[in-house]
Amino acid sequence: MTELPLIGEAPADASGARRLAGARIGVVTFPGTLDDRDAARAVRLAGGTAVELWHADTELGDVDAVVIPGGFSYGDYLRAGAIARFAPLMTKIIDAANSDAKLPVLGICNGFQILTESHLLPGSMIKNDHLKFMCRDQVLRVENSNTAWTLDYEAGQEITIPLKNQDGQYIADDKTLDALEAEGRVVFRYVGFNPNGSRRDIAGISNAAGNVVGLMPHPEHAVEVGFGPESLDGIGGSDTDGLGFFTSVLNKIVGGAK
Amino acid sequence: MTTETTKKFNIDTVENAAKTPDVELPWAELGLKQNEFDEVVKVLGRRPTGAELAMYSVMWSEHCSYKSSKNHLRQFGQKVTEEMKKDMLVGIGENAGVTNLGDGWAVTFKIESHNSPSFVEPYQGAATGIGGIVRDIISMGARPVAVMDPLRFGAIDHPDTARVMHGAVAGIGGYGNSLGLPNIGGEMVFDSVYQGNPLVNALAVGVMRHEDIRLANASGKGNKVVLFGARTGGDGIGGASVLASESFDDTKPSKRPAVQVGDPFAEKVLIECCLELFKGSLVEGIQDLGAAGISCATSELASNGDGGMQVELTSVLLRDPTLTPGEILMSESQERMMAVVTPENVKAFEAVMDKWAVEYSWLGEVTDTGRLIITWEGDVIVDVDPRTVAHDGPVYDRPYARPEWQDRVQADTFTGSVQDAGRPAAPGELAKAVTELVASPNMCSKDWITNQYDRYVGGNTAMAFPDDAGVVRVDEETGLGVALATDANGRYTYLDPYHGAQLALAEAYRNVATAGAVPMAVSDCLNFGSPEDPDVMWQLAEAIRGLSDACMVLGIPVTGGNVSLYNQTGTTPIHPSPVVAVLGKLDDVARRTPSGWREDGQTIYLLGTTGAELDGSEWANMRGHLGGQPPKVDLEAERALGEILINASRDGMIDSAHDLSEGGLAAALVESSLRYGVGARIALQDVLDRDGVDLFTALFSESQGRAIVGVPRSEEIRFTDMCTARGFAHIRIGVVDAASGKLEINGVESLSLDALRAAHEGTLPKYFG
Repeated sequence: MTELPLIGEAPADASGARRLAGARIGVVTFPGTLDDRDAARAVRLAGGTAVELWHADTELGDVDAVVIPGGFSYGDYLRAGAIARFAPLMTKIIDAANSDAKLPVLGICNGFQILTESHLLPGSMIKNDHLKFMCRDQVLRVENSNTAWTLDYEAGQEITIPLKNQDGQYIADDKTLDALEAEGRVVFRYVGFNPNGSRRDIAGISNAAGNVVGLMPHPEHAVEVGFGPESLDGIGGSDTDGLGFFTSVLNKIVGGAK
Repeated sequence: MTTETTKKFNIDTVENAAKTPDVELPWAELGLKQNEFDEVVKVLGRRPTGAELAMYSVMWSEHCSYKSSKNHLRQFGQKVTEEMKKDMLVGIGENAGVTNLGDGWAVTFKIESHNSPSFVEPYQGAATGIGGIVRDIISMGARPVAVMDPLRFGAIDHPDTARVMHGAVAGIGGYGNSLGLPNIGGEMVFDSVYQGNPLVNALAVGVMRHEDIRLANASGKGNKVVLFGARTGGDGIGGASVLASESFDDTKPSKRPAVQVGDPFAEKVLIECCLELFKGSLVEGIQDLGAAGISCATSELASNGDGGMQVELTSVLLRDPTLTPGEILMSESQERMMAVVTPENVKAFEAVMDKWAVEYSWLGEVTDTGRLIITWEGDVIVDVDPRTVAHDGPVYDRPYARPEWQDRVQADTFTGSVQDAGRPAAPGELAKAVTELVASPNMCSKDWITNQYDRYVGGNTAMAFPDDAGVVRVDEETGLGVALATDANGRYTYLDPYHGAQLALAEAYRNVATAGAVPMAVSDCLNFGSPEDPDVMWQLAEAIRGLSDACMVLGIPVTGGNVSLYNQTGTTPIHPSPVVAVLGKLDDVARRTPSGWREDGQTIYLLGTTGAELDGSEWANMRGHLGGQPPKVDLEAERALGEILINASRDGMIDSAHDLSEGGLAAALVESSLRYGVGARIALQDVLDRDGVDLFTALFSESQGRAIVGVPRSEEIRFTDMCTARGFAHIRIGVVDAASGKLEINGVESLSLDALRAAHEGTLPKYFG
């Protein structure tokens, strides 16, 4: 059997690695968060330092960016993300994202839902149109490679990362959708198959400044050879297409962004 | 609780029970037999109180006491060598067995049934099945890392099957997905014997450092007993209508649902909160609350410890303040745990509870009296020796005998039967037969189910369905991991329970080895009909005897499991269905072997020999035949095959491996091709010549001890030398053909992968939407 390296792409030189390790990315845990350890691993594999953040914290502390990972915060028995947005830490994250410093924030799945509930991103998510939970490897097109989280991709690039959710159907009124399209804020679109009935095949969007990005699929599950779409499902795609999210923000933080 | 509320009950105290020996008690309605009730009276030296009766009735139930199977289950503890015990850190009897993985790591796993609730209310039944088994794993001190779900439903086209299937799958997904546990495999079988009694089994696996292993015992006089997690409600109370007679309050709901309702969010928080307790070494003993609720937790903790326990029942936090003491003791409300905490750790324990916003209440403390005393506002309502509740229940030597119909069934072989008429032989017929096989209910793609489960969460899943075994990484530094497979074949076990059970073990063992892992331990879920039927009891006795004998030969111990009896559709028992889970170890999960081939030009070998074994096969099943003898078991051959697959994986000699089981070689070839969408050219003439079988038999026979492997050209000599040196039958049957998009088998019309995939994946959506 072919030898598989167990870590993702490491920065080419040691000094680069040291620089990236200096970048601190916070990963928020709410009660019911599930993918926090996965997001922290993705940060580490991309070369950065992951910092655990607790929803009840009243200070954001010393972080250069924040990932709000997937899960079912507070069980999502109300609307997904509707309670989490009121967490003390969210207030700090909202302020920092809207400040002049434009803290980079990535919301994945439940994190995306929390970002829309927080009004950092427009629109909302409702139940998948087929009414079932769906886990599959999903092809996305990177529509905007200028956000803090997509700098390492090419515009138009297609990537495959896992998608897994129950409430993933992105909706917004036509005016909002038109504005998102016009301003280049549709960051990811589903390709080949719309897995949940999202309007205009939208998988992820950004705020106007491009520092806040939310998407339903899970880049943190496609960062390591042997544990991603290629290994588990094997039909197309690579195991590490999601790593670029994390290298993008790290490179931007340390000033090496293109 | 206010005095007004408690005064609603006519509390039956121990004092009162001693004074009123002749009070009529509803023991029969609670499921106790006359002799069992007499035994309770004898043990106590007086009539039980209402609360004591509630405890004994649930703890002495078949489900909790294993009274019909205990005499037979002993064999799992007896047929064990020192060698088999070597890696067993905790054996049968605790919440789950624990196996040493090395490097300071330990793994715990267990499989359980949640069959009846899943028929009554499929969503909640299946969901709480996952919840219960996961709490067993947490109780051992482990972080749960994955779940699996072997499922058996009625006929695929029966109108009620869709109700059960939709509910059970959504329940398993809804609960498991919300816990952040990847679902890495399982089984799916359709058979009308399961129509009124589906089998919903659930497996959970967890990992821990050796020093974190926790046991369910209450030791140390003066230590505090705490109940935490969800509040106690009226759900999951069996026989509630009877218990309601304790109450004089006519306004309370008279009928409680017998099926528990799950709250996966509460369980997820409970997992994290327990792990934090373990990390801080804040609990001395811990027990989850499952079947029989507080009755079980208090009596087991106390009897496994070194003393007694004193508990004030009004301290229990309730969802429903009208619950009676008996109902509180019997409630099976989910997401609850009981722990024993030293007085000095109480504050730290409370801090962890507060952090996770988990409710808790201190119920009492550990004593050295040897008695379990439960009070209600200070009045003693239970005063028992906890062992008599938890361990010294009745044991039955139920009569059993080989059914008179067994010989008749075994004589009715498929070959030559009416159903065997027109056996496919021409190339076109064989191609149609292969396509029909892989589209059949039991052999079709399970994607419809598995796509509703999260297989990625945790980031440690190295393999999942449809590969032979699920593989999860345990140690990110070294790549150390575990592989798990569950298997059972009810038809084989019906034909021959002794060998059928062994075949289930052999297949699970083979699946784990096929993934490249070294099999280490077994957990079993024995699903059978009524033990009061001597035919069924014989099936159970034979299956346990077969399984325990086979474990000895393969050298892997049973570390835990569960028995589920009274599984019948009307008066017809289900096929005896011993579901066997095998756990194996991989030093580096990067070495795992997937079930499909990818690289063009690799050579495909068939390992093992093929006989004319079609009885009980999927092919016979598709033709509506069930009779004859199941495939022969050769455990030494299974062991030899396992060693070849493990060595080949470790030394990089193979790139793919798939075991041959239900559906035989035909199913395996199609599955290995569809795994990565890569075709192959196959020629079986050498197999036909060597084994003396025809092409149909070579494709559809279910002879055991076989696998197909993909070997890189550079490794071919090394691989065949190894097989030759070990004297294991191996034969080159073909080559991987990446460009063709076809599975070409000499003598069979060409099969396009697109058509095969459409047939394979189309079945479940056709029936279930």
